[in-house]
Amino acid sequence: MTTAATFSRYADLPALIGFMEGDEKHDGASLSTTDALWVLYDRVLDVTPETAEDPARDRFLLSKGHGPTAFYAVLAAKGFLDVPTLRGWTSFGSPLGHHPDRVLVPGAEIGSGSLGHGLPLALGSALGLRAQGIRKADGTEPRVVVLVGDGELDEGSNHEAIAAAARLGADNLTVVVIDNASSQHGWPGGIGRRFEVEGWEAREVNGRDHDALDRAFTRTRDGRPLAVVARVRNGN
Amino acid sequence: MRETFAATVNRALDRDPRTAVVLAVISGGMFRSSARKHPGRVIDLGIREQAMIGVAGGLALTGMRPIVHSYAPFLVERPFEQVKLDLGHQDVGAVLVSLGGSYDASEEGRTHQSPGDVALLDTLPGWTVRVPGHPDEVRDALELDIPGDHRAYLRLSGTSNRAPLPVGPRLHVLRTGSPRSAGVVVAVGPMLDRVLEATADLDVTVAYTSTVRPFDREGLSALVGAAGNADVLVVEPYLRGTSAHEVSEALSDRRHRQLGLGVTRDTELRAYGTPAEHARAHGLDAEGIAKSARDFFLV
Repeated sequence: MTTAATFSRYADLPALIGFMEGDEKHDGASLSTTDALWVLYDRVLDVTPETAEDPARDRFLLSKGHGPTAFYAVLAAKGFLDVPTLRGWTSFGSPLGHHPDRVLVPGAEIGSGSLGHGLPLALGSALGLRAQGIRKADGTEPRVVVLVGDGELDEGSNHEAIAAAARLGADNLTVVVIDNASSQHGWPGGIGRRFEVEGWEAREVNGRDHDALDRAFTRTRDGRPLAVVARVRNGN
Repeated sequence: MRETFAATVNRALDRDPRTAVVLAVISGGMFRSSARKHPGRVIDLGIREQAMIGVAGGLALTGMRPIVHSYAPFLVERPFEQVKLDLGHQDVGAVLVSLGGSYDASEEGRTHQSPGDVALLDTLPGWTVRVPGHPDEVRDALELDIPGDHRAYLRLSGTSNRAPLPVGPRLHVLRTGSPRSAGVVVAVGPMLDRVLEATADLDVTVAYTSTVRPFDREGLSALVGAAGNADVLVVEPYLRGTSAHEVSEALSDRRHRQLGLGVTRDTELRAYGTPAEHARAHGLDAEGIAKSARDFFLV
């Protein structure tokens, strides 16, 4: 694990991303998620390579599967992935492609790429953990966090899950919406409103501010699922 | 079959804590008392079929065994990408149970009919597909599929055969033709009784299955080997020729002929009426099958 020790800090992420080449098309999208991903894995989620199969682990689902270099970099920095694995990405024998496959990528909870699948899967995971009464050693309930993009919210399947989640009381579910204003027709009135009217708690934060993200991810326990809208500009 | 399905699944909910039922309103009333008894294990998402399959995938990711149910077009066709990605691509399983057969909802029209369901699932790897021909077979199929982790599709129908037959991986022979017989007829699910009637005066082997995927290629090959001719007629209650590629694989080592009967492919039948009238229009009543069989077997 010497490589993990070498590349384990936030400051190492650009170098880790640099090991993966040829992803110019998705570069902006990838960078838009870096800070939220880092805060989740560094401060919020209760999951490590050692607990990656634990039924009571926290789960992170990357729904916006395109531009996954930041995700792979964070998984490598946290020891889920070997750093040298990054170098061969998108080659035939590599577990790492332009869209993650959970069967191939250690630490990836879902395969994604086609938009609008992660949120319903996350809702099902949250309901499944609850139905089974799964608890961590300290008695707390594991949480499920799913990351979507504001453009991805165009997909109607998300709205089926948004409406159902609060009605079903899934307050172990958190959605982080990376809002880089890429939705074709925009969201007049704001993205958070879409969640609030369906019974969610919605919080808006600067998607680059680690402390603000950390605070925003504090989970609710009042029956309401949580939506964190993380505003970012591409490429900065 | 629908009542047997609900009774069997309600029993499974009592016995197996892994099981969960996922619905989009349809048949919700049949699981109401289980919903009270087993909080969180009967999930009705409202009229949201994409979420229905996505939630099932999520439940399975946490180790549960989702049983998902709706009318076939809303279970397989509308959320087909969810079936492909949220179950198959995630490498998780579920038991999908559809209502409506191909044209049970004959009075409802095309929107409530899905004769292409099995053909669609055939484009995806790893599905077990069962087409019970009797309510007892529904129970037996569920008892086989609920305990597993695989992906299973169970297709309920309003039409039944008089007697149940064993549910399993092999073709079940009902009538064996002579060594000079004209060939082999395979009847799927609710087609059996009318196939027996239609072929009563033909020298053919008649075999039955309610398990169409995986298809018993070895069994078919053996039956064809013992028949007088390597001619195979498959009668399926869904899209005509759906199993043609299975027959072709099963008999790839010998010269053979085959014909598939089922729901017409080349036109959309714009008519209401009864399932029996639809069967007749597709040539799937005993008379239509008898005529096709005589023509095919050249008798």
